[in-house]
Amino acid sequence: MSTRSALLTGLALLIVLALMPADLTGLGLPWPGLKRYGTYILTLWLVTAIAAMGVNLIVGYAGQETLAQAAFVGIGAYLTAIAGKYGVPFGLSFAASGLLTFVIGVALGFPALRVQKHYLAFVTLAFSVLCWLVFRNETAVTGGVMGLRDIERPVVLGLKLRRAVDFYWFVLAIAAAMTFVLWWIVRSPWGRAFAALRENPLRAESLGVDVRLYTLLAFALGSAYGGMAGSLYAPLVEFIDPSPFALGPSLLFMLMVVIGGSGTFLGPFVGAGIAVLLPEWLRAWETWYLLIYAVLVMVMMALFPGGIVGLASRLLASSLSLAPPSPARGGGVGVLHRRRGRDAPSLPPSPSVADYRATSPEDGGGKDERTSR
Amino acid sequence: MTARLEVRALSKAFGGVQAVREVSFDVHEGEILGVIGPNGSGKSTLFNCILGQLTPTRGTVAVDGRDVTRLRPSQLNRLGVSRTFQLLQVFPRLTARENLILAGQEHRGSRLGRLFGPRDAGLGAEADRMLAFFRLGTLAHETAGNLSYGQQKLLDAAMAFMSGSRLVLLDEPAGGVNPTMLAGLRDRLAAINREARATFVVIEHNMEFVMALCTRLIVLAEGRIIAEGSPAEVRADPAVIEAYLGH
Repeated sequence: MSTRSALLTGLALLIVLALMPADLTGLGLPWPGLKRYGTYILTLWLVTAIAAMGVNLIVGYAGQETLAQAAFVGIGAYLTAIAGKYGVPFGLSFAASGLLTFVIGVALGFPALRVQKHYLAFVTLAFSVLCWLVFRNETAVTGGVMGLRDIERPVVLGLKLRRAVDFYWFVLAIAAAMTFVLWWIVRSPWGRAFAALRENPLRAESLGVDVRLYTLLAFALGSAYGGMAGSLYAPLVEFIDPSPFALGPSLLFMLMVVIGGSGTFLGPFVGAGIAVLLPEWLRAWETWYLLIYAVLVMVMMALFPGGIVGLASRLLASSLSLAPPSPARGGGVGVLHRRRGRDAPSLPPSPSVADYRATSPEDGGGKDERTSR
Repeated sequence: MTARLEVRALSKAFGGVQAVREVSFDVHEGEILGVIGPNGSGKSTLFNCILGQLTPTRGTVAVDGRDVTRLRPSQLNRLGVSRTFQLLQVFPRLTARENLILAGQEHRGSRLGRLFGPRDAGLGAEADRMLAFFRLGTLAHETAGNLSYGQQKLLDAAMAFMSGSRLVLLDEPAGGVNPTMLAGLRDRLAAINREARATFVVIEHNMEFVMALCTRLIVLAEGRIIAEGSPAEVRADPAVIEAYLGH
């Protein structure tokens, strides 16, 4: 997707989302607008998606592991809730949440320089448990298992965000800005460097990519997205206790990214949507929903390891390849899902051998197209 | 004249195994030095010690007179030294063109400048020229993992030149490449050497390729240099024949 069409698609999605709580029947459209609860769920989806985007940067783009995202969300949430009690303006505690989790993210990134894959996952898991223990046991600060209640929706730049719909628009604006920033990063040369350390850190290092720095950066940025999501979560729910920041929810964040499509730009939104909406849709089934969810995950992983977005772009690519032969191309914007052999686009007839014959050393071909500086 | 690369008394031990013993040699600007020797003679270990992938047990490495012995590979690369690996090392899920841009981008401006600068870090045209030079132009937008082995090998070599490196260490560039393509690869490397005064150190088992490409050879056996000289001299050296045919 070109830059222009990606931006236009983003803008269109933003407009649709902004209109979700609005009553459009006056315009002749059959949409009465989401009610208070629907708006709340949509806000929760956005907040979850922000944190999941962070996990996607760390796991999907940079190829690291993290089982601590819920802990970072917790740090942002507690910081914002506690600071709010002392009258600290929301803007300040939002920025502080991002900054603090950025710094902690750097620290958590250091083990990633020495250990890889599941060993790294265990290190972040230990951090997650540590945070949860602090949230639960430091009763004087965090309220322990009783949590912190009556967290107020903020007033930002004179705008009161008390009503669900106002807070939704506020979160939507922030989510849009943060989505844009991440999109900009992953499509810039930085995104290429992150992909390089995911695919082959040894080779990346030999090409001048500072693997150490980019690893720490991925952890720091990804964790900061968790912290800022937490800062929005506290005033959204208006009550926090340690349970949403435990290990289980951290695993769920990882799951969201994998189901949505790890390393695809829209994957976290889809994954977060499933994680937030599925329990609502399957509410009538009560605890059966966990079973359905579990089966869905297993089937997904077995059949579509690229996640839902990966699957969608595969379907799109195969419908395109039915068209007249065109140069085979890679994924769309940020779509870097693993291709399997059987759906690899067919190559144009190998030109290289013929080319070499045409320009064998004797004819001195290519002398004037020298490129090395 | 200071040598482009100076290796002095370099040794590397893994536990009790001496992989490289007291190896010293110079490589001058514009030279193509071949490093040959039987399997396990320490060639790749020597490369890894020179390039900072491994820390040598003893000895020093200098590039253009500057001691680089303890530098990390990325720092060395930014000083104008690049390499390829024995096993194929492209980024399979990036396109051929993206692979080349990646290979050059860390040499372009500041890191922050790259974040706000153009998406291709200003290397798009350079990457296209390099693709054309290595006869990969039609495959620019193909993901590297979908290229044939020989094409990936060419891409791998091309990546080593994207940063404008003046010293390039190639670890078995000809391994597994078919004869037709091999002639093309040799021709491309010779052209870069001739026209950009680029200096190469090449590890290679394919004797025909080495003899045709290199201006000078060193022969390693059991971690030591056992012979050094022009391809013709080395070929006639009894110690070399001994090392290759066994004791």
